Amino acid sequence: MKKFSISSILSQFLLLVFVIVWIMPTFGLFISSLRDKDLLAISGWWTSLTTTKVNEIYRMSGMESQIKENDYFVIKGKLFEDNSGKKIESFGITSKKINEFIVGEIATFKDDTQVTVNESGEYIWKSNNGFTKKKGKRLFITSLSPPSFTLDNYKEVLFKEGIGQAFLNTTAVALPSTLIPLIICSFFAYALTWMKFFGRDTLLAIIIASLVVPLQMSLIPILTIYNDFGALFGVAAKSYPGVWMAHTGFGLASTTFLLRNFIKSLPNEMMEAAKVDGASHYDIFIRIIIPLSIPAFASIFILQFLWCWNDLLVGLVFLDQVPSEIILTAKLKELLGSRGENWEILTTGAFVSMTVPLFIFFALQRYFIRGLVAGSVKG
Amino acid sequence: MSLINLFLIVFLGILVFILYFHISNSFLDYYGKKTNKQYGFENSVRAIIFIAPAFIILFIFILYPVFETIRLSFYDKFGREFVGLYNYKWAVNDPEFRRSILNNLGWLLIVPTFSTFFGLVIANLADRIWWGSIAKSIIFMPMAISFVGAGVIWKFIYEYRGPGDTQIGLLNAVIVYFGYEPQAWLTIPVWNNIFLMAIMIWIQTGLALVIFSAALRGIPKEMLEAARIDGASEVRIFFSIIIPYLEQTILVIWTIITILVLKIFDIIFAMTNGEWQTGVLANLMYDWMFRGGGDSGRGSVLAFVIMIGVIPILAWNLYKHKQEQKI
Repeated sequence: MKKFSISSILSQFLLLVFVIVWIMPTFGLFISSLRDKDLLAISGWWTSLTTTKVNEIYRMSGMESQIKENDYFVIKGKLFEDNSGKKIESFGITSKKINEFIVGEIATFKDDTQVTVNESGEYIWKSNNGFTKKKGKRLFITSLSPPSFTLDNYKEVLFKEGIGQAFLNTTAVALPSTLIPLIICSFFAYALTWMKFFGRDTLLAIIIASLVVPLQMSLIPILTIYNDFGALFGVAAKSYPGVWMAHTGFGLASTTFLLRNFIKSLPNEMMEAAKVDGASHYDIFIRIIIPLSIPAFASIFILQFLWCWNDLLVGLVFLDQVPSEIILTAKLKELLGSRGENWEILTTGAFVSMTVPLFIFFALQRYFIRGLVAGSVKG
Repeated sequence: MSLINLFLIVFLGILVFILYFHISNSFLDYYGKKTNKQYGFENSVRAIIFIAPAFIILFIFILYPVFETIRLSFYDKFGREFVGLYNYKWAVNDPEFRRSILNNLGWLLIVPTFSTFFGLVIANLADRIWWGSIAKSIIFMPMAISFVGAGVIWKFIYEYRGPGDTQIGLLNAVIVYFGYEPQAWLTIPVWNNIFLMAIMIWIQTGLALVIFSAALRGIPKEMLEAARIDGASEVRIFFSIIIPYLEQTILVIWTIITILVLKIFDIIFAMTNGEWQTGVLANLMYDWMFRGGGDSGRGSVLAFVIMIGVIPILAWNLYKHKQEQKI
């Protein structure tokens, strides 16, 4: 009954507007990445979704391909590649009148040769006396082109533009930068919850304060430390382990905080019973805490992984901008500068960089949301 | 780097930490069972083993840098000579800095407001419609995308071609369709900031949406039913019941987005690099880290100004934490 009220229709409409506005940008990027790069540069992506009229110029074959049929010399050929799906509407033989003839009509050139074209692009060109020119004549074709998509941009971007390598680099940054804090912080969070030691409350307060300290506060001192360290031991100042540690440091407070909240919610009795049975803290941690914390680990893993995968600043400051170290986001930013007009490269590159986050998003959305909501319960 | 190398380095990096915890703890277990009396000693060592790696990293990457950055803000560009308030004076008189402050304030006012508002409205709409969860998924999706990726997406939307040419950017195509002149959106000062903020709003609305959705489920159904039976309109229910009920949640979302916006860097760096008067503090800071060989004094001042922005939130969080500890 309520379903068909005016207010319900109005809310459905309003929500639909929101959804369209929100999906449109990403959808446009995706469609563009699948389009032919020449078409992409001259027409909006939305035109590629429907059948469109295109005007093209083709050249027929020359004298070498002529054959004799009865009293005529004939050149036969195809204008389109097989399965192009294009349908010819009209054609012309001069650039001034490109729509002079309807498909199937016979057009006569100045030299009295005659040509006709059928809908699927096959032409027959007849001459009484035989063809004498190496080059065939031009045909002006107006055809209806159905939506057509290609993976060519992906091939180009992955292997020629270095996005493929950047993808691997980002993986090499993001995986340890997620797993290391998870390992370290789960022990830390356990200690903060179940162990008694001097200064525990202060430490907890420090963690809560660190949650909101901006990354920018750390950049200059850490970069100095890395440079000094590199100079002292004669190693590169910027390296993968360096970036892992930086991400670990910046994600430490939030990971610890979330894990502590979770571990605190586990039933106390289980821990006590295990202790009475003579289990050490390490036993309890491995046998009880870890198995129970898997869902929490999943949520935190996703949050931290997405953060590291999508990060630009840390990768920019703590890695060299060379092919073997540059991360996807930095590479994309570089392409925005150097290939700003090549939208096939930019859209495809951006979409490649989004594949992993989008996969995680659609496959593990539940854990992602759970993590965000848990993190937001307190600031 | 080949795939095998990559796999190896990643594996080794993680293994180091697993081995540290396993070997040290197993050794302590073994030792503890053997002696069986120094229980207190064993516990202290255990606590140190559990805490040390995290604490050392926290100290190196957060605690020490906070104080070091504040110290450096009073030193010259190499961090060697004490220069007092020189860097702060420079900042106050620097037109780029003033512009950045203004822009940051604009971001702080507009982005959290609109993200929260849209999030709240959409959460409410989606809650009552059978395809609401699909809608929520779609609107939430930009949260998974990097700021740079979002930058590319939106740069494509703002793409500008001359008045006679076919517009391939969506926004200009719409404008031209309605008979207006196409615009190079990102180069029009002041307004271009709004176009950059739109990207952040597009991303963060999803965050607000999921948190509100979770919070909405906490509102007692009976209360809403009672209001409806009494003849309250949906709009009235929204303003008189739902908003007061979600007050805390609104505040939380507001602070989360505020903190994010204070540090905003990627979007501006990718889209305009601070040109056409779109610079913000984080971009200016990054710039000064490297401009002219790097100026750690000015960079530190800029970082510290961002830090000042979060101090009220930091204090509030600590206060709340203290309150909870008491209970």
